[in-house]
This record gives sequence, C-alpha cells and structure tokens, in this order.
Amino acid sequence: MSVITASSGAINVPALAAGRALIETRLVWWYFAASLTYMIVAMLAGFLFSLQFLQHYPLAGIELFSPGRWRLVHTNGVAYGFIANAFLGMLHWAVPRLTLRPVRGRGLSYFIFFAWQAVVLATVVGLLTGQAQAVEWGETPTWVDPVALAGLILVAVNFLHPILQVQGPMYVTLWYYVAAFVWTVLVYAMGSFLPQYFVGGAASGAIIGLFIHDLVGLFVTPLGWGMMYYFVPILLKKPVWSHGLSLVGFWGLAFFYPLTGIHHFLYSPIPMFLQYGAVISTIAVELVVTTVIINFFMTLRGRGDALRTNLPIRWFYTGMVFYFTTCLQCAFQATLTFQKIIHFTDWVVGHSHLVMFGVFGFWLLGMMTHLIPRLVGAGGWFRPSWNAWHYWLSTIGTLVMFFDLVIAGLIQGFQWRDLAPWEDSLVASAPFWLTRAVSGTMIIVGQFFFAANVVMTMLRRPAGHGASAGESMSEAAAI
Amino acid sequence: MFETKSGVFAIAGLGFFVLAFLVMGLLPWLIYVDQPELTVEQIAEQGLLHEFVELHERFPAEFERYFGGPPSKENFAAALRRGHEVYVGEACWHCHSQQVRPVSRESERWGPVSHASEYQNELQRPVLFGTRRVGPDLSREGARRTNDWHLAHFYNPTSVVPTTVMPVYTWFFDERGYPNRDGMSIITYVQWLGSWLPEYPYYYGEGPPQLTPPTRGAQDGVAQGPGRDDDGREG
Repeated sequence: MSVITASSGAINVPALAAGRALIETRLVWWYFAASLTYMIVAMLAGFLFSLQFLQHYPLAGIELFSPGRWRLVHTNGVAYGFIANAFLGMLHWAVPRLTLRPVRGRGLSYFIFFAWQAVVLATVVGLLTGQAQAVEWGETPTWVDPVALAGLILVAVNFLHPILQVQGPMYVTLWYYVAAFVWTVLVYAMGSFLPQYFVGGAASGAIIGLFIHDLVGLFVTPLGWGMMYYFVPILLKKPVWSHGLSLVGFWGLAFFYPLTGIHHFLYSPIPMFLQYGAVISTIAVELVVTTVIINFFMTLRGRGDALRTNLPIRWFYTGMVFYFTTCLQCAFQATLTFQKIIHFTDWVVGHSHLVMFGVFGFWLLGMMTHLIPRLVGAGGWFRPSWNAWHYWLSTIGTLVMFFDLVIAGLIQGFQWRDLAPWEDSLVASAPFWLTRAVSGTMIIVGQFFFAANVVMTMLRRPAGHGASAGESMSEAAAI
Repeated sequence: MFETKSGVFAIAGLGFFVLAFLVMGLLPWLIYVDQPELTVEQIAEQGLLHEFVELHERFPAEFERYFGGPPSKENFAAALRRGHEVYVGEACWHCHSQQVRPVSRESERWGPVSHASEYQNELQRPVLFGTRRVGPDLSREGARRTNDWHLAHFYNPTSVVPTTVMPVYTWFFDERGYPNRDGMSIITYVQWLGSWLPEYPYYYGEGPPQLTPPTRGAQDGVAQGPGRDDDGREG
C-alpha cells in the first residue's frame, strides 16, 4: 500500500479534470445484487440435485428438472453467475481506486453488465434444454461461448485501460489483475474451442484438464488474491508484511499454476511423463501457497483481535485457512498414490466445495459484507447479528460438508478397489449423502440471513441516500 | 520487470501461459495428431450393432418412424450421434466415467484398461473420461445388459436396481411407454460402448476378461488392454 498512498498525495487526478466520476458505485451494487441472486439459485440447484442422491427427488420425471442438468446449473451458476459477477463488481470498486483513473468507458461498463447477465441467463437456459458442451466447468453451450469470450475481452479492455496508464511499479493487486485479464481470455478461448473443434481424443483430455484447473487457478485465484492484497491492508490499517513474499507468491503462482491441469486425468491415456510433470508442479504450487499464507498471517500479527471485531476480516482469514487446507490436501490428492483410491469419488467433490465456496465464496461474501452498506448509502447493517448467523452457518456447513464428502470418498474408493458389488458403495454412501444435504441446507439458510439483511438494509437506509453514481475523490484517495 | 506492467503482462500473463500450453497442451496434441480420428459414419461402416437391430425388431413401427426405415448404416450413425448428444446434454458423464484405469483393480471389474486409440473418434470430442463415478464406468457397457434391462432402467431405475440413485428419464419414452427417438438413440449409444474391443461383452466376475478367480496381481496376466499394466503393488 505504501506505493499508492505515497503517490496519491501528489498525483494529478485525470478523472476529476475530465469532470467524470471515478467510481460507478451503482454498477458495483448491481453486480453484487446479480451475484447474490445467482448464488442462491445455484445453491438451490445444488440442493435439488443432492435430493436425487437420497432417492427423494421431488420433481422426478419432468424433463426441465432433469437432475443432471441442474447439476450443471449448480456449477456454472456458481462460476459465471455468483463468482464472476461478484468479481466484476469488486473490480469496478478497486481498480479506479488503485489507478486513480476511471475505467475505459461508462457506457461500456453498463453494456458489459447487461451482456454478462445475458450470457449467464443464456447458459442456464441452454443447460436446462440439454445443450451442454462436454467440457467440465465449461458446459456453456457452444453458441454462447463466442459471446462470452467477446464479453471477457471487453472486460479486459475496460479495466486494462486505466491500469496501463499508471506510471512506475504497480501495487501487488494490479499484478494479479493484469495477469488475470490476460489469462481469463486465453483460458476461456482454449477450453471452449480447442477440444470441441480442433483436437479430439486423449489429447483433448489434456486441454480440458488445463481448462478446468486454469479456470480456478488463473481466473478465480488471481482475482481472489488480488482482492485480499487490496482489502486486508485497508481493513487492518497496516501494510502487507513482506513485499518479497508477495513477489514470490505472484510469480510462483504464475509459473507453476498453468502447468498443473493434467493432474485431473492421472492414469489416463495422456502420456505418463506429462502426468508426472503435472503432479510435480501441483506440489510446487502448494509450496508457493505456503509463502502467501505466511505473508498474510504475519500481516495479521498484532491485530488478531480483528478476527473477533471485524467480520469481513474474519471471512477473509477463515477463507485463507480453508485455502491452505485445500491446497495442502491437493498436494497429496494429486499424487499417483492417492489417485488410485480417491479419483472418481466424493473426496474430490468435497475438495471442490471447500475451494469454490469455502475460499472464494467466503472472500467475496466478506468483501460484500464490507461494501454493501457503503454502496447503498446505509450507515451500517440492518442486523449485524444476521451477518454473524450468515458467517457461522456458512462456516459450519462448509466444514461438515467437506469432512463428510472426504470420508465418503475414502469409503467409496476402498470399496471399489476391494471389488465390492457396485451397489454396496451406494448403500455405504447413503448416510454421507444425507449429511451432505443437511450441511448444504445450513449453508443456504445462512445465505438467506444475508440476503434478508441486504434487503432490509436497503429498505431502512436514510432517505435521500440512493446508490449514488459517483464517489467523491477524497474518499477514493483516502484509501 | 517483476512489478512492471510489461513484465506482468508479457511474462506472467502471456509467457507462462503459452509455455504451459506448449508443454501440457500442444505436446500431447502433437503426439496423437497422426492417429486417425474416426467419424461416426466410419464407425457405422464397421457394421450395425446387434442391439440396434433388436430395437427395430421390438418396435418396428416406431423405429421406422423415428429413423426413416429399417436399420441401416445411415440411421445407425444418426442414432449414435443423437445418443451421444443426449449423453452429454443430460450430464450422464458427470456420474459415469468412460475410462478404465490400470489401478485399483479396475480391469477386473470393467474389462481391459483404456487405450488412447479408443478415444480417437468423433464421439470422444471433447473426450468423455468423466469426473465422478456415482454409477459404474460405461466404457465396456456394450451388450453387458439387454435392451429390455436398459428400457426398464431408464424408465424407472429403482425397478431394476433398488438401491440406485440414478434419475428417471421418462422423457425418453412416448405416452405408451415405448422408447422415443431419444430413448432408442441413448440405448444404441450405451450398447455401442466397448463394442470395438475384440472380446466383449465384459461381465463383472465372469466372461472373457477373468478366467480365474481374482487374486493379488492377477490382472497382470489377463484382461490386458493395449494400455499399461497395473503396477501390481495395488491389492
């Protein structure tokens, strides 16, 4: 942060000279509203799907409610509806503040907002009418893919415009964002078009593996860590502990993460030496992650009370504990030894829930807990206790789901290896699947607390404080 | 370089991504690029599937209405293609794998270990390795069960396997309970899986792959696909 605060005192501000608002606050709020809506839809889709595992699917026999299709709505809704929308809102808040310049265009920003909602809606409609593409996490129908890619290119143009005008070294957050804009476009193009149109067979499996993991590692992860490097020092009112470790974390991630994808298909017909390479780089990522975690926990040192008093900080650091857990788990599960047993089991499902919700969901919800009262012009939350319910139900629900599915995965894997009749693994999994549905319900109830709090905070805000389109420069410079 | 716009953009953003793609994406692509990739028509050229013909014997009027005549190479290809679309669209591949691994005694349960050449066809584009096995692997499912079994199982899975968690697919059937075009196509597709192997079907615990009772490391000697062997340490 020192770079930014030192320069912001003396810098001339192009935005004010042009008479244009620095931050489009209303748009940030719209993105968050869209994000929370899709989050709840996606979670309900997941819950609906989990009932199929209990042999109590309430809408059986209705084509549009085919459980498999709703499973796709669950994952794609989370990735492109919940997480992408929340990140886009966050970028509209943070990038102009970090660069002291507005994004490329106001009209462009609103166009992207509506275009992206159209992309997500078209994806949901396409998936529910059975038009999925056979690329995991990229089931977006083939006719939506070019539109989504164009949208991602516009996003990159819109945000790179102010960033590229910054003189001198950039703050850590902007390293992650610049790289993420490049990566997201490349990753989406690679995963959506190559396996479908250009390369088939086992080689397409290698590229799909890269896509699955790059979507997490090169889209969600850099935007997430950039967000942490931005909000944690602000909320703790102190700089990040070590600039050197920040460098190690970024460059280590940038080098090793793109190499890991094939670890999704170990023991497949993809050449074995590439599988070994993927395993080794996966373990290297874990070492890099450790340096980042050390950096953030040393930053927290001396301010540990913030975990009690500051709910966004608590969300962030809980997410970081989960992040370390999930990466440590990954360093083991991606080895050939573990893969013999756990591949194709619920272990992996538990892992991905901890990553996508326990880490990035938690960070985004913490960020929204911090920002939403500011966005809607309210003095504070309608009921802070509801936010505490939101946190605890989410945390306990996620932990229960994680351990439940990991244990279930081990049981399934060993039963399969022992050549037990297939149905035995279903019978043995039944109590775990029930627990999964219950823990999912806990998480969803937690989100209802949050959604209700957002709505009530909106309704009870002081008169005349609508979501304003502009932000005063003094507030922007202050952080 | 490490904190500048050009360094982050060009080295981390473009450079490292391209490097990883060259090694992890382009290299396997080049390794398999000379392997011929069969179209569905070429698959159909190899001969009609017995189960496809049997669907016509059971439901001649419906079959000819949906496929424009008695079984032929053309409508066999059409059925495979539509069956594959249904398989992808219904996300069957999220609960069923199509990959027999050389570990965890999978070749004893399913049949020969999967080989790269099995995936060199249009119906594996993108490849359907699978991600989760709620239900069994399907890559050697062809002819393991009868069409009647599949009809009952798609219509109401628990009527055949009481403990199953597979959803009902009643929209694969017309109002009389006969399979419609999608129903016949998905059954054709599933019955085709593994039919390219020299010996099939592969029944669990009997049939071609396993002539002796399973013992530790027994799969080293039998059930060998063209792929790798089990490492033998797994037991």
